[in-house]
Amino acid sequence: MTELAPTPSQTVGPFYGYALPFPGGGELAPVGHPDAITVRGTVYDGAGAPIPDALLEFWQAGPDGSLTGAPGSLRRDPVTGAVLGRTGVDFTGFARVATDADGGYVLRTLPPVPPASRPDAAPHLAVCVFARGLLHHLYTRVYLPEHAEANAADPLLAQLPPARRATLVAQPERPGVYRFDIRLQAAEGGPHEETVFLEFR
Amino acid sequence: MTSSFQALGQHADRAASSEALGQHADRSASFQTPVQPAAARPPSAQPSAAVPSPVTAPAPLTQADIDREMAELHAAAQQRISAGAVLHHPPRDYAPYRSSLLRHPRQPLVAVGGDPDAVELHGPVFGVTDVTALDADLTRQHLGEPLGERITVSGRVLDRDGRPVRGQLVEIWQANASGRYAHQRDQHPAPLDPNFTGVGRCLTDDEGRYHFTTIKPGAYPWRNHLNAWRPAHIHFSLFGTAFTQRLVTQMYFPNDPLFRHDPIFNSIPDDRARQRLIADYQHDLSSPEWSLGYTWDIVLDGPSATWIEEGR
Repeated sequence: MTELAPTPSQTVGPFYGYALPFPGGGELAPVGHPDAITVRGTVYDGAGAPIPDALLEFWQAGPDGSLTGAPGSLRRDPVTGAVLGRTGVDFTGFARVATDADGGYVLRTLPPVPPASRPDAAPHLAVCVFARGLLHHLYTRVYLPEHAEANAADPLLAQLPPARRATLVAQPERPGVYRFDIRLQAAEGGPHEETVFLEFR
Repeated sequence: MTSSFQALGQHADRAASSEALGQHADRSASFQTPVQPAAARPPSAQPSAAVPSPVTAPAPLTQADIDREMAELHAAAQQRISAGAVLHHPPRDYAPYRSSLLRHPRQPLVAVGGDPDAVELHGPVFGVTDVTALDADLTRQHLGEPLGERITVSGRVLDRDGRPVRGQLVEIWQANASGRYAHQRDQHPAPLDPNFTGVGRCLTDDEGRYHFTTIKPGAYPWRNHLNAWRPAHIHFSLFGTAFTQRLVTQMYFPNDPLFRHDPIFNSIPDDRARQRLIADYQHDLSSPEWSLGYTWDIVLDGPSATWIEEGR
């Protein structure tokens, strides 16, 4: 069967802000959930400057390891059309956060779990990065440091040199809070490693 | 080279600072300056001869500079295509679009494959709670009718095997008929339309179809270079059955005279691929005394769990 040629990507541009982000977009964890974690960070460009117009999307398995997701991330009021937000009970698996004026983002979610079919896999959050100036989105992953054994056996992490591998592992800041910065480009001669970005085949 | 990177640094700083509030970074930054491509230019084409010393302001980058850079990159891409390369998407490093210079990775992407249980081969889902019926009609979101040419845009969302992507979210956003976004960072001196926001969404049906009623957006200026104008376009955001199939792109209108001058459109190296971003005018879909009809089908790239299962 002949494959259809894909539609090319184009940049998200600077003006998605009134279309794509939604209130509570980064509040993926059910309200009051005792296991909720916070992942926060800054998105940087190749000059080391924060990127104030990036958009991050996160996708992860449900707490039971299911990969089906659930609707309701963008739930709307049928009377006014306004965003109601998530129910606060259901876990949709999908989050969307725009960076703020200082390039920062905050995600509150449940700790990632491996897919039910692969209980020994290293759990991670899948991330998709969009930005003005980025012509084609980028994928990366957030792994957590406490899963050292599973991370060491992870086929992706295992193939990377230590400095590159470290860009995919969130840094603990305090209990339940992690930092995961995203560097779209290593600053020339700078101290920081470029984030590892992924290509799926 | 140094001066252009300094200019980019200022650009980035400016976009990040509070001074930029109320202004579109691409529009408010000082105009970019020429970047020398890897291939040396003939001496007659060297803009550096006309560029003053670094102490004074560099000459602004002109449309002719950008057109020349794009032509060189298209020629290089054409050679690769002739040699068998398949180039569907824009490279992330595309100098004529100056904002890409500091926002693309220098390291190659790391391939992930062979794991049918990978989280990314599945993806988020949306449902009837996530959209309202009115969301697909951008002309009915305010008390009055928006100004401009009323159009309908419809098409199918497919995967690369031609299977419809069913029940998935399609989101759009666009400028109004005057070329102005309802965004406070857009300060282009064209009128806002109190009856038009320019945001819509819908779910695809069982055949993968989407349908929007809107206004044809206007072209608008931006500050990639002196006298830069974007061809009219509608931004689209699409989900497939897998996170790997995510797509954000722009739909253009047929026969736009700005195509050949636009570095975002021309970032796509293969002309056949560029043509896939241009909608078809379909007279049969135009509605008498009411609206003009356009169709645009979308094919999502990237593997999904269903592909791998069927390929086993």
